[in-house]
Amino acid sequence: MPKEFKVGCKVPDMPSKEQPIVKNEEKVVERKEDNMIKVGKPAPSFTAPAYYQGKFVSIDLEEYRGKWVLLCFYPGDFTFV
Amino acid sequence: MSVSVDSPFVHKVWNDSELSKMVDGGVQFPMLSDQGGKIGTLYGIYDEEGGVETRGRFIIDPDGIVQGFEVLTPPVGRNVDESVRQVKAFQLVRESEGSEATPSGWQPGKKTLKPGPDLVGNVWKEWSVKDNYDK
Repeated sequence: MPKEFKVGCKVPDMPSKEQPIVKNEEKVVERKEDNMIKVGKPAPSFTAPAYYQGKFVSIDLEEYRGKWVLLCFYPGDFTFV
Repeated sequence: MSVSVDSPFVHKVWNDSELSKMVDGGVQFPMLSDQGGKIGTLYGIYDEEGGVETRGRFIIDPDGIVQGFEVLTPPVGRNVDESVRQVKAFQLVRESEGSEATPSGWQPGKKTLKPGPDLVGNVWKEWSVKDNYDK
């Protein structure tokens, strides 16, 4: 029988079965250094698809040079907080 | 701008069906899609186990430099007023070309400090808890 799960602000934990986790040791080490965001240092650049005022657009952080940017990440649409 | 792992289509439906009922005219900034969490990983706030972004908030200046950030776990929401206050403070500091600094508890319109030899040991004359924190 399907079990009901509690809704929250993240993807619900599923009962764990043996899940093959693909690990790439080299990649993990590389990422650790990439992850260090520091104040006073350049923000990592990116391009991403977005929804903006009725249209689907492509947003490139570099195009925001000359403006102040408040970049806010959040767990997901239709979550509660 | 905002970022989550949802697709732009989900952003549209969320804006149209719910957010536009809370804020007149709906969301006024781009809602970015980071499916796979690549951007979140670059910024160090992607939760690989949960498959979602945590509440990371970054202030990036006109030169593309990170001036500040804050990261919260999902159940606690941000205080937008505080983010705006910080942006205004950074803007003031930038416009003054570093000659002014905003002390603890500073709000727009309040007194700033002018760091220099004369201020050493004399901050107590320029700043008080009462002036900066009492409402």
